[in-house]
Amino acid sequence: MVDIAVVSGAPAGILRRLFRRKLALFGFAIIFIVVGSAIFAPWLVRYGPNEQLFDGLTLQGAPMPPGGDFLMGTDLLGRDLFSRILYGARTSLIIGVIANGAALIIGTLIGLTAGFMRGWIGSVLMRFTDLMMAFPALLLAICLAAIFQPSLWIVAMVIALVNWVQTARVVYTETTSLSEREFIAAERTLGASQSRILFKHILPHLVPTLIVWGTLGISVTVLLEATLSFLGVGVQPPMPSWGNIIFENQTYFQAAPWLVFIPGTAILLLALAFNLVGDALRDVLDPTQRGQD
Amino acid sequence: MTITNPLLSVRDLTVSVRDRGVMKPLVSGLSFDLRAGETLAIAGESGSGKSITSLALMGLLPNNVTVTSGQMLLGDTDLAQMSENQMRPLRGAQVAMIFQEPMTSLNPVQTVGTQLIEAIRAHEPVSYGQARAGAIAALRQVRLAEPERRMGQYPHELSGGMRQRVMIAMALALRPALMIADEPTTALDVTVQREVLELLKDLQRETGTAIILITHDMGVVAETADRVVIMQAGQMVEQGLTPDIFAAPRADYTRSLLAAVPRLGAGAARAAPLPPKAQVPVAQLVDVTVHFDIGANFLGRPTHRVHAVEGVSFDIQPSETFGLVGESGCGKSTIAKALAGLVPYEGQIIINSTSLAGLKAQERKDICRDVQMVFQDPMAALDPRMKVGDAVAEPLLIHGVGTARERKERTAELFDHVGLSSDQMNRYPHEFSGGQRQRICIARALALRPRLIICDESVSALDVSVQARVLALLEELKADFGVAYLFISHDMAVVENIVDRLAVMYLGQIVEMGTRDQVFGNPQHPYTQRLLDAVPIPDPTRERTTYLRAASEPPSPMRRIGDPVPRLMLTDIGGGHLIAPEVTA
Repeated sequence: MVDIAVVSGAPAGILRRLFRRKLALFGFAIIFIVVGSAIFAPWLVRYGPNEQLFDGLTLQGAPMPPGGDFLMGTDLLGRDLFSRILYGARTSLIIGVIANGAALIIGTLIGLTAGFMRGWIGSVLMRFTDLMMAFPALLLAICLAAIFQPSLWIVAMVIALVNWVQTARVVYTETTSLSEREFIAAERTLGASQSRILFKHILPHLVPTLIVWGTLGISVTVLLEATLSFLGVGVQPPMPSWGNIIFENQTYFQAAPWLVFIPGTAILLLALAFNLVGDALRDVLDPTQRGQD
Repeated sequence: MTITNPLLSVRDLTVSVRDRGVMKPLVSGLSFDLRAGETLAIAGESGSGKSITSLALMGLLPNNVTVTSGQMLLGDTDLAQMSENQMRPLRGAQVAMIFQEPMTSLNPVQTVGTQLIEAIRAHEPVSYGQARAGAIAALRQVRLAEPERRMGQYPHELSGGMRQRVMIAMALALRPALMIADEPTTALDVTVQREVLELLKDLQRETGTAIILITHDMGVVAETADRVVIMQAGQMVEQGLTPDIFAAPRADYTRSLLAAVPRLGAGAARAAPLPPKAQVPVAQLVDVTVHFDIGANFLGRPTHRVHAVEGVSFDIQPSETFGLVGESGCGKSTIAKALAGLVPYEGQIIINSTSLAGLKAQERKDICRDVQMVFQDPMAALDPRMKVGDAVAEPLLIHGVGTARERKERTAELFDHVGLSSDQMNRYPHEFSGGQRQRICIARALALRPRLIICDESVSALDVSVQARVLALLEELKADFGVAYLFISHDMAVVENIVDRLAVMYLGQIVEMGTRDQVFGNPQHPYTQRLLDAVPIPDPTRERTTYLRAASEPPSPMRRIGDPVPRLMLTDIGGGHLIAPEVTA
């Protein structure tokens, strides 16, 4: 059992309790590896990600399976898949973490404001959210990408503008029910200001929900980026991303399964890692769970 | 009493919960017998294991809780050895259960009739028509008016008392040998509780069903049970015939439990010089009205209006405890909310000669320093993610009182005042017991040294022994801090023990108001008399004049918009004792 008096509160205590969980550690390790390989990619690979290698194809012109010179094999153009996966991690991290994070923030702000203010502000915000939800996300993304010159950052922005709606809905519902709780009424009788109630007493209770939505969003956004890339409005070839590697090669899935499985596994592991860390973080941040680990 | 074989015989029952691989007993070594037609009360405070016992009998224990040893013999079958599949046909047919909250035990999307018929047909191979006839008979048996119409109604269309009658009808429809009632009247108003308890006694006489009554209320025990088992922390402390236990309790725990029960009439002994009428009352309400618009026609305009509070006037003197009593829906909590600025109102509320109407945000905030509130459920009123020390210091922080260091010292002082230690400040609300949490809420309310604290059912959710201590604390703080209380409660016995003056409310209006001695010593309004009469008395020897009313629809404070509300005119019958004329509905 944990000595409550010692660990409670201090950030150091939170980290310590986080690291005590094996699954969380596993998640941290994966994130660490992915971030590390994205940053140090140039030093870790033998070939450039866009380099078409002469011995990257068999004599019949088929891609090489994993093994030998090519750790993860090569793709249809004879490029080293290992190198493309490492460089692709940069793109996918930007999309999965930054774009998804931005979507989460937009969704939280809109949901929180609508849920707390109610009245006409709330109605306008939520009807706008409904409108965005009803609008086909892909169509919107294509429109936005068509207006701007496609680039990684535009794709990130497009994804953020499309993906906030679900978060806003969920946060709105939770905020309305939290606002009805008695401790919020108690705060009002103490004379607490609106912003104090909102940020000190409602927002902390949304953390578990936000963690779940945030981690779920990672795989969704990485795949959305892939879809956009496939349609030619996302990350422009030859720049690699985990999503567009899958899309480029999905038709050859039977002949060269590694071209789909390896980036797919990478996306899965990254999402899983964030999920595990998020889960652990949720438990550690919840004071009612103290001493149960 | 004739010696017959007991209907139910519980021998050495031990129920344990698996917690991190270790079995912890929740109930240990419990033994009792129950004969046919007998009522046995299992009484105790929260955590005593009384509800776990009833769930064990029904085979409804949660997943990580199991019966680890002992027998529960119902006739020849041992309920402890039954599998879920063997248990299912027994449930309802042999052993039926009534839960505390009828609204959550009934399916909200099915009519009462559908649920009753389903319950009957699940056990007996009868036709739909026969089952329906049986269901109507059962509703008639629990004295519901117009049983045919009730069959087609949904649970939310019925009042709390009527819903509990439906639950009893469902339990009795199959004529079980044993009925377990787990706090069957705790969620109900006193007058309704009275009716339901009478009904249970009556039905027992008619059907000969044995009843196990799980309750925390010694008044209910005294009025209904033949025998009583007193439990504490999973152990049986004492068992015996009800009159014997009440007349001569052997165990210390029973004695302290009985001593803590608030009794009507006990307050009269207290010498209570009324505080002199001051020039400026702490709070003054003049003709306060609160209503909520509901429903909407096709233009979006509201069609009905709930008159929660209608033209209420009273004042609270400094250092006075003013009581507000009435049953659920009478508007007493709405008045508290209006005073605390949580609902809009019409009329005038004056705090310390400042009218609350038209205040700017800053002035409104300053009023908070004078009026604080303690809610009913301390767990709900504290932010579960905030340390209790921070919660108590929060009002100081909001109003910018002192430096961080001074606030900390002040918080430690407040913890000391309410009987907690200052090293508990770093803990979270869930680490405290209910009584401790309420102390924390009281400390928070005291932080700004207010002149008035609104206690909205502040002790209702607490066990009696804890309740007695919290009430004593409130009295003590009143002397130390010179604070006045607005004490809102449905419990007449508690109110009699603590208030100086009180008002009785019914359907949003005051029907009687006066000093405690005037209202309790000489209740004039029939509603006050009925309330006082319904209070369960923890004295089994007391004879009660029984009265039975068929449950009908309670009057509703909802009216069509534009319909006038008849105002009750209060008349002074001497010494400031105000009563309203009797309403003939």
